[in-house]
Amino acid sequence: MADESVRDDAPAATAKSGDASRQFAQELPEAKGDQVVARSVTINRPVGELFTFFRDFSNLPSFMENVVRIDILDEKRSHWVVKAPGGGTVEWTARITDEAPNTLIAWISEEGADVPNSGHVTFRDAGARGTVVSATILYDPPAGFIGKIVAKMFQREPAIQARRDLRRFKQLMETGEIATPAMNPKQFEEMGL
Amino acid sequence: MKALAWHGKHDVRMDTVDDPEIVNPRDAIIKVTSTAICGSDLHLYDGYIPTMKAGDILGHEFMGEVVEVGAKSTLKKGQRVVVPFTIACGSCYHCGKHQYSACDNGLPADNQDIAQTLYGQPMSGLFGYSHMTGGYAGGQAEYVRVPFSDVGPIVIPDGVDDDKVLFLSDILPTGWQAAEYAQIEPGDTVAVWGCGPVGLFAVQSAFLMGAERVIAIDHFPNRLALAKRFGAETINFEETATYEALMEMTGGIGPDAVIDAVGLEAHGLFVDNVIDQIKASTFLGTDRPHSIRQAIIACRKGGRVSMPAVYGGFVDKFPLGAFMEKGLTLKTGQTHVQHYLPGLLNAIMEGKIDTEFLISHRMPLMDAPKGYKMFHDQQNEVTKIVLKPGMAQG
Repeated sequence: MADESVRDDAPAATAKSGDASRQFAQELPEAKGDQVVARSVTINRPVGELFTFFRDFSNLPSFMENVVRIDILDEKRSHWVVKAPGGGTVEWTARITDEAPNTLIAWISEEGADVPNSGHVTFRDAGARGTVVSATILYDPPAGFIGKIVAKMFQREPAIQARRDLRRFKQLMETGEIATPAMNPKQFEEMGL
Repeated sequence: MKALAWHGKHDVRMDTVDDPEIVNPRDAIIKVTSTAICGSDLHLYDGYIPTMKAGDILGHEFMGEVVEVGAKSTLKKGQRVVVPFTIACGSCYHCGKHQYSACDNGLPADNQDIAQTLYGQPMSGLFGYSHMTGGYAGGQAEYVRVPFSDVGPIVIPDGVDDDKVLFLSDILPTGWQAAEYAQIEPGDTVAVWGCGPVGLFAVQSAFLMGAERVIAIDHFPNRLALAKRFGAETINFEETATYEALMEMTGGIGPDAVIDAVGLEAHGLFVDNVIDQIKASTFLGTDRPHSIRQAIIACRKGGRVSMPAVYGGFVDKFPLGAFMEKGLTLKTGQTHVQHYLPGLLNAIMEGKIDTEFLISHRMPLMDAPKGYKMFHDQQNEVTKIVLKPGMAQG
């Protein structure tokens, strides 16, 4: 393990060594998962507007391509149904483990999750440039390493999804719509966001 | 509707496809009245641009009449508009700085991956120019879906001919930006490589910006003659040694600013060009940058290099030493079309910029495949082909 005293200032998830997920796990109140994905995007809107939109989880399927449905169970818990590689779906119930208005939402999946995961989304005021939104996700890839390869082939790998979902979140908040080359609404449906 | 679709190298056809419809609230549908074939369309025609798919509708220089509008479009049915080739949202940080071709949101999220991998960050979307630039259907068609129609298209006053304003879509602002990027000072001598449409508009723009002399370089006599019309001195690189001529014509100093308006398909049998051609055909290098090399070597010490020419990938033998030792400045990029439209429309209306001189051929849209072949095979005679969907086939 790297000597903590000489670590640079870059986010743990960008480390070349393999202990990035362990380092990030230490930042979470409760952690689950051994793969880490981290993506940041700067959105040209005020932090309050973005946090409020995101915290209402019923809004998330409007820009998260593979999320079929999110059922709000109570103030802290929500049930997620997400498309999986190969045509099926995976499900889990997420519980919020930490929350600070306009700053942070942390979660963990409850027992019985098809894809155990945890993570946080942070919001940071970036002045004239808007708000930096960062998502860091720990997860256990479905069916281990092979599952990850299959997921990547079907472009439903969390790293690819997180990157694209954050871009769509940015598009929706900055422009009010999601950019598409579709020629008509039917084609837009078929393309899936 | 009928649309010109790409099916492979030197294979473009008029296909029948579904009419486009409004998809997003800021969309508009334009009924195309005039659309041009661009020199950069020949890069697609020649198979130099990756991520093309059979059936892709080409064309990024077009104008027409608004026939449908989304709930958040600011356009009105019946208005005539010219549409910028860059698809930009108008609301992101870069659009706020008028860097429209660097728009964060013009590219669909999934298409951003390729550009991010190649360039570090994704750029704006473009009409009809491969899936790397968004996979948007282009304007060599009867109808086009125009995203962000509240930001891009400029409304044209009644009574102004299409042919006068069509080039606001790309080549006029591109030539103008090229001259602006050359940071011309009064008394400067500016050398322009390539007398295609962008080069010819750069020649006109350079004079308007105060250049004392403009030297235009090409090998097509007809194109050099057009440059001469606007007051440029000319060099035909097939008859003349370009570097030696530029040095002699500037009293041994070199041009104060150089503009490369040639790009990735430079013609001519120069040794480095032939090597580049072999490499391009074997995918060892993607671009053939003879003109930018020569421009850098010719440019005077401390001078400026402007590069409107399109490059997409990697080059080698880039004269980095000359660039550094002489302390040159390079400015380049896809055109921030939306930024220039109001000013350039005024310049056309006031007669300061001539646009129609460029058009050598007008033909019905249905003849577009013939137009591509002509433009490709006869670059001396064909300076610009404008396709008219409403024109009867002869």
